[in-house]
Amino acid sequence: MDDATGYVPREFKYVSHKRRVKEDRRFITGRGRYAADVRLPGMKHVAMVSSPYPCAWIKGVDASAALALPGVHYVLTGEELFAHTNPLLAGVDVPGVKRTPLAYRKARYAGEWVAAVCADSRALAEDAAELVEVEYEPLPFVIDPEESLKPDAPRVHEDHDSNVFFHRKWVWGDVEGDFARAARELSFRARWSRCSTVPIETFVAVADWDAGQEVMQIWASIQMPKYPEQIARALRIPANAVNVHYDIDVGGSYGQKRGIRQTIVAGYLSRRLGCPVRFIEDRLENMSGGDAHGPDRIFDMQVAFDDDGTIRSLRIRATDDCGCYPGRAPLQLGKPVGAIVGPYRIGSAEYEAISVSTNKTSQEAVRGFGQSPTNFAIETAVDKVARALGMDREEIRRRNLIGADEFPWKIPSGSEYDSGDYLAVLDKVKAASNYKVLVARRDALRAEGKLAGIGLSTCLEPSGGNSSFEPLFNPKNDTTTWMESVQIRVDMTGAVTAMINTSSSGQGHQTLVSLVVGEELGRDPDSIRVIHSESLAALPSNSPVGSRMAIMMGGAATGAAKKIRDRVMEIAAHNFQLPVERLVYAGGNVSVDGDPSRTLTWEQIVDTAHRKYHDMPLGAEPGLQSIYTWEVPTGGALPNADGTCQMYPCYSFEAHIPLVSVDPETGRIEILEYYIGHDCGTVISPDIVRGMTFGGIAHGIGAAMYEKFEFDPESGQHLTGSFMDYLMPSAHEVPDVTMVKHFTPSPLTPMGQKGSGESGYLGGPAALASAVNDALEPLGLEITTLPMRVRDMEALLAARTK
Amino acid sequence: MSDHDIALTVNGRRMTSRAEARTTLVDFLRDNLNLTGTHVGCEHGVCGACSVIMDGRPVRSCLIYAVMADGAEITTVEGLEGSDGALSPLQDAFWETHAMQCGYCTPGMLIAATALLARNPDPTEHEIRDAIGGNLCRCTGYVQIVEAVQIAARAMREAG
Ligand code: FES
Ligand code: FES
Repeated sequence: MDDATGYVPREFKYVSHKRRVKEDRRFITGRGRYAADVRLPGMKHVAMVSSPYPCAWIKGVDASAALALPGVHYVLTGEELFAHTNPLLAGVDVPGVKRTPLAYRKARYAGEWVAAVCADSRALAEDAAELVEVEYEPLPFVIDPEESLKPDAPRVHEDHDSNVFFHRKWVWGDVEGDFARAARELSFRARWSRCSTVPIETFVAVADWDAGQEVMQIWASIQMPKYPEQIARALRIPANAVNVHYDIDVGGSYGQKRGIRQTIVAGYLSRRLGCPVRFIEDRLENMSGGDAHGPDRIFDMQVAFDDDGTIRSLRIRATDDCGCYPGRAPLQLGKPVGAIVGPYRIGSAEYEAISVSTNKTSQEAVRGFGQSPTNFAIETAVDKVARALGMDREEIRRRNLIGADEFPWKIPSGSEYDSGDYLAVLDKVKAASNYKVLVARRDALRAEGKLAGIGLSTCLEPSGGNSSFEPLFNPKNDTTTWMESVQIRVDMTGAVTAMINTSSSGQGHQTLVSLVVGEELGRDPDSIRVIHSESLAALPSNSPVGSRMAIMMGGAATGAAKKIRDRVMEIAAHNFQLPVERLVYAGGNVSVDGDPSRTLTWEQIVDTAHRKYHDMPLGAEPGLQSIYTWEVPTGGALPNADGTCQMYPCYSFEAHIPLVSVDPETGRIEILEYYIGHDCGTVISPDIVRGMTFGGIAHGIGAAMYEKFEFDPESGQHLTGSFMDYLMPSAHEVPDVTMVKHFTPSPLTPMGQKGSGESGYLGGPAALASAVNDALEPLGLEITTLPMRVRDMEALLAARTK
Repeated sequence: MSDHDIALTVNGRRMTSRAEARTTLVDFLRDNLNLTGTHVGCEHGVCGACSVIMDGRPVRSCLIYAVMADGAEITTVEGLEGSDGALSPLQDAFWETHAMQCGYCTPGMLIAATALLARNPDPTEHEIRDAIGGNLCRCTGYVQIVEAVQIAARAMREAG
């Protein structure tokens, strides 16, 4: 019996109610404990020596001047590290390509770490890093992804036969026939530029090799599945010799905190030197050399449609510049397969995914895992169809959105959408925006000679993380298990402690689990303690990636709590000498149905479980504890030969309506109003979902209007290594946002919940582009490249006046 | 590098330690005084995570050398609770609206908002956004932070 699966409608006592978030108390009092707060006796500090060249042979490293500084203990080269560790796991196996924590023999991007200095203080390590003499032989390099695809382009990895890491084309359904039958078609190019999540905390790793226990203790700001196993593999020690402390608070991640390279450097040094070692990336190390970058995509789009606005088919070619190593980047082209036609009834699709390497910083996972850029491309296509037909952008969506009564809906690429009511959400957000008044405000601005526009996007957030892109993109990897676990222990006083098995980077997992366990057991969530395990005591987890924890950790918590409840009922049934069906459970107490005078209290039952074996059912397990490990719903299947697969189980939906003005002289965009309608099924914690959505919108504003990692094509240098060059939105740029909720439960999860960790970000950039294009329409201009920075807008407007 | 004795008053307590001239105030607070509530985000004065109140004004402690703060009065996030351990109205409001997620920017935000309400008990939304405009938060989109400051301002005005 699968206890966690299947939604049954019910009234909630704690879930969905406004309650304070458990984690917040430690944060508002300055008592969070982040990796940089870990200080161990005798701890040494690391600074990196970075390559000044985008591509160069490393001919030699002279560390003598650095080592001559008092307090400097070691200079670790890529050569030494390579000799004693295994290369890191890649998202896809590319022949001839190895990823190492420090550059081995060749530096492949400006900023790549070439050596690590270890000293008594971080300042000293930084001083010494400047004294390390590296002899380089500069080589030709390639920065532009399309240049990199050319046969004569400089090779990023000399042992690989091209610069392509991944290239495949799938055709799902009768694309050719649909294009032939459609009345019209259009094609265009859209560009999503290199940007990322850029948490305010950089990556931090503290490693302490305990030579007595022979265990590598790790405290790190990590958000990554299988982290302990990856550390063990690289350091060539057994996985049960690695202990990651998951109780470390992580200062934001949104996908990005994947610091395996940083951890291996610290871990190796700790073992080599026999002392704890801490590496705190400084901002430049983070932005240039770390895991800072995200998708960098060219979309070549073709869309086939009829005169009535019916969109028949889509052809998408996505060329992704993944930087120089295949970390998670190629796979970030994979997740969008699970929502390749967006929320629309589009009958066929072709998807060509190309992951190309360049001499740039590697790309790592970013909130939405490639879905937000894809949503932007799809929404741009829908807007263009509307424009081509002279049809309203809302009307075209109404004609193509999947209807509430059509679920489950299978898209051409094989994924089935679980549930939704897209039109209801659209109606709600329109009402909230007071749409007529909004249009009147836009038109009034236009009448004053200003450029003003209203945006619209309707986008999906696939959630829950089957991660079928792994076997789809890397057939050697036949993983189909994407589980999550929760353990619950009721101690002899009746107090409940739940254990989760990953670190948290702001998602509020303690609140989530306390609410779900509290709801299922009828116990006050405030009385339930939720602890983060350490990896040597941990149950299987896949960490909070893929917008999966409300679903997966929530589902596992339900499963574990139901097991406790079942045990409580069995103990009570034994003592009443009645079948379980005759008993009712309420708030932990168990009564005989219809006879409340015959009640066993929670305390009595717990006491029996722990102390009175003579009152326990024959052969029962003493105590009151449970473990539940849940496989992702709809998971467990490998992709089919044609690439069809179930990518994610649950699909949240969002509709955005912003109003913007564009300064006709400077091109500056101002967001005047912002509305979002959002449906992630049952909301477990309303405050958390609000926050994630607002945060996602702010992040989307950054991607749409400000943020870009720039490289100089001439020198190959990274130009945006600080917050002065890489601009992120502050409270000045992010407006107040009005959010309206709709609740379409998922049939696949115990409480009807879906994911919301990526909400806001998945439709925000598309909506802002839509708004700006609405503003530009009177000028006959259009923009399909993000970000729309002031300088980009200025150039666009200036080109027109010339 | 020359070492200096530095004495300052932090959260009402006099504290002394020795540090190199180049030690920033934030490193001094965190490493020498073990007050790790103040965070570091950029070390170049943009993100505001390191904000503390120095002699009544919010400052970025990554841009100030500890020696420059010799003799100063500093308030950090650890000093916002009342002497009885009660949360300040701002702390309480931040909790009420869930004005954070990862909590990393939160100490700096609280400091910026505390300084604002000390000089302006009835700020407009615009003034609030202005006051926290130098503090980056990557998690929240600021909406619940603005709400929290509004709630705290009202509570403080009502309490007189
Ligand atoms: S750390 Fe001081 S402003 Fe960013
Ligand atoms: S709460 Fe995470 S950066 Fe603000």
